[in-house]
Amino acid sequence: MSLMVWIEKQRNLIDFVLSSLLRRKGKNFALIAAYILIVFVLASVMFLTHALKREASIVLRGAPEIIVQKMTAGRHDLIPKTYARQIEKIAGVSSAKTRLWGYYYDPLFKANYTLIVPELFKYEEGGIAVGEGVTRAGVTAEGNIMPFFSSDGKLMNYRIREVLPADSELVSSDLVVMSEADFRGLFGIPEGLVTDLAVSVGNPQEVLTIANKIKQQYPDTRPVIRDEIIRTYDAIFDWRSGILLVIFSGALLAFIIFSWDKASGLSAEERREIGILKATGWETSDVILMKFWEGLAISLTSFLVGLLLAYIHVFFTSATLFEPVLKGWAVLYPSFRIVPFISAYQIAVLFFLTVVPYTTATIIPSWSAATVDPDLVMRT
Amino acid sequence: MILHPAIIALLAGSALVAFMLLYSSWYGIEVIRKWDLRSGSELQLSLEKKTYLISTMMAYAMGFQLISLFLFVYTADSLCSLFTGAMCAAGTLNVNDFGYPVFLLKLVNFLFGGLWLVLNYTDNRAYDYPMIRKKYFFLIALMPLVLAEVFLQARYFFGLEAEIITSCCGSLFSSSDRSAAPGIFALPVRLSTGIFYGWHIFVLGLGVFFYKTGKGAYFFGIASLLLFFISGWALIQFISLYIYELPTHHCPFCMLKQEYGHVGYLYYISALAGCVAGTGVGMLQRFRHIASLEAVIPGIQKRLTIVSVTCYLFFMLAATYAMVFSGFRL
Repeated sequence: MSLMVWIEKQRNLIDFVLSSLLRRKGKNFALIAAYILIVFVLASVMFLTHALKREASIVLRGAPEIIVQKMTAGRHDLIPKTYARQIEKIAGVSSAKTRLWGYYYDPLFKANYTLIVPELFKYEEGGIAVGEGVTRAGVTAEGNIMPFFSSDGKLMNYRIREVLPADSELVSSDLVVMSEADFRGLFGIPEGLVTDLAVSVGNPQEVLTIANKIKQQYPDTRPVIRDEIIRTYDAIFDWRSGILLVIFSGALLAFIIFSWDKASGLSAEERREIGILKATGWETSDVILMKFWEGLAISLTSFLVGLLLAYIHVFFTSATLFEPVLKGWAVLYPSFRIVPFISAYQIAVLFFLTVVPYTTATIIPSWSAATVDPDLVMRT
Repeated sequence: MILHPAIIALLAGSALVAFMLLYSSWYGIEVIRKWDLRSGSELQLSLEKKTYLISTMMAYAMGFQLISLFLFVYTADSLCSLFTGAMCAAGTLNVNDFGYPVFLLKLVNFLFGGLWLVLNYTDNRAYDYPMIRKKYFFLIALMPLVLAEVFLQARYFFGLEAEIITSCCGSLFSSSDRSAAPGIFALPVRLSTGIFYGWHIFVLGLGVFFYKTGKGAYFFGIASLLLFFISGWALIQFISLYIYELPTHHCPFCMLKQEYGHVGYLYYISALAGCVAGTGVGMLQRFRHIASLEAVIPGIQKRLTIVSVTCYLFFMLAATYAMVFSGFRL
């Protein structure tokens, strides 16, 4: 019974609060707009960071456990194929494959491509397969010829045999796949040398030991472990979004001060309203409760609208506003569609960053509004 | 220090909670020194107004505190990929010496904060604020704990360095060869299952008895406080095994993950709420003789009893469900 009474009381209060908020549309508009903007910015940063992390982990899922690079004078250098055969003999290594890959800057279309040689290339020499980004940048299509300048300045022409489907746009977009002979010809890489080695290890617990053994056997190499890369990416993306949040914290602070100011600067009309309410029998705690519902209505509206806008911004327009800052390394990724993802965790973090400070800032002002003396207000 | 949005949110949130508590305690001291209900002085009037503010602030602070408890665990969990060996929050909290103390302090502060809210609610029912000094003493005593939590949480997050080798929950909560768990968890499972159910039924019985006769409030309060610890212990010792369907996995954090349907939240929230409400019944018993509260307290106690009994019953049923429908048999 008492529970029903309680619910009924809250319902009436909410009803009252909503109608009084609607009556003062103009006054609350500025506050809600600022609130929405803050939620929108923070939510966009978080959504985009998560999407990028996910994208990076998809990229790395197929990566080998260890990549072995040769170092010369502190720089990454070509590695002899013979290293692979020796490394394969280490117990626990299931395979050590040689890899040929590199980057190419296309001076005609001012774009960077990633060139790789697959283990088995299904087209004959002179044929290449390219990612969608490349066809966009080079304004070309399947069947056309694509010009490249070799390391000795000669013009080489390759025919596009296939446009790669975009599984993860981030990887395949700027890709050019070619045969080993073409690759060596283009860059003038002598037979017997490759870019690096991909070592796969059967038991994940042995990865560290094997990396150490490789380092001992070949002190001029650098084994890079996949988990390290994933961890670094995670840390970098978290750090980037953290930095953005710190930058925006100035805006957040301004918003908090604004909402404090807004809540404490009651208009004469509002003061009179509260005075009349109290004169007609409302208690201080009732007015505080009313203010609670008022804050909740404003917070929820702004939070949901801001979240929705951020969702559209990130997942439908590919985060046009923040993309350059967060993505960072990108050069040639014109259309990068992000897979929508939203979790209770992100919402909880956003809640803590926006609603909690807002609510805290309005507690004292709404209390001082609730404790006005009715006779004092109505006399003025 | 890892600059992660959730870490910034947690640090900012705790700072706000600490601010609210400091502010309340400041006026708490003034109330303790100068409160005089018979006086009509300006000061007394302003203090009476201030009590509204402090009640509101504390209610918000405790709400934030509860969310921050879960956010903290979840954040620790999501950071585990940065540390070698960590597979969930258990490993991440173990990265430095401050992780587990912060977690425990968050639990303790939530329990005390909940009790304070019960006390405050009851006190506000009476026209003459009979417990006002006691409740502000309680608040001031609670303050160092909250400040410690804020401080240690900051130390914990600032001390996080990625790639430190830590141990995973598998080796923290299990890995003894004979029994299923080490240390205080080494009781035979049959016995501890017995204790778990026995004590649950005992507390439920006490609750029903108190509800019917109004007697035995202290027993019920103490027993339900103990039940909180027993539930936590049972959760780690054997309920977890049924949830994970693994004989060696005792982690209290993995069950909060999506893989297990976030079922851990049910256990955490029902045990926390059951404990606050049950212990609150015992606490209020002390004030039952106060004239202005005589009519109020029994009603509040009854409602608290219902909440406590329901929550603990729910905990027990959830555990039973996990044990019966799990593919795992001990």
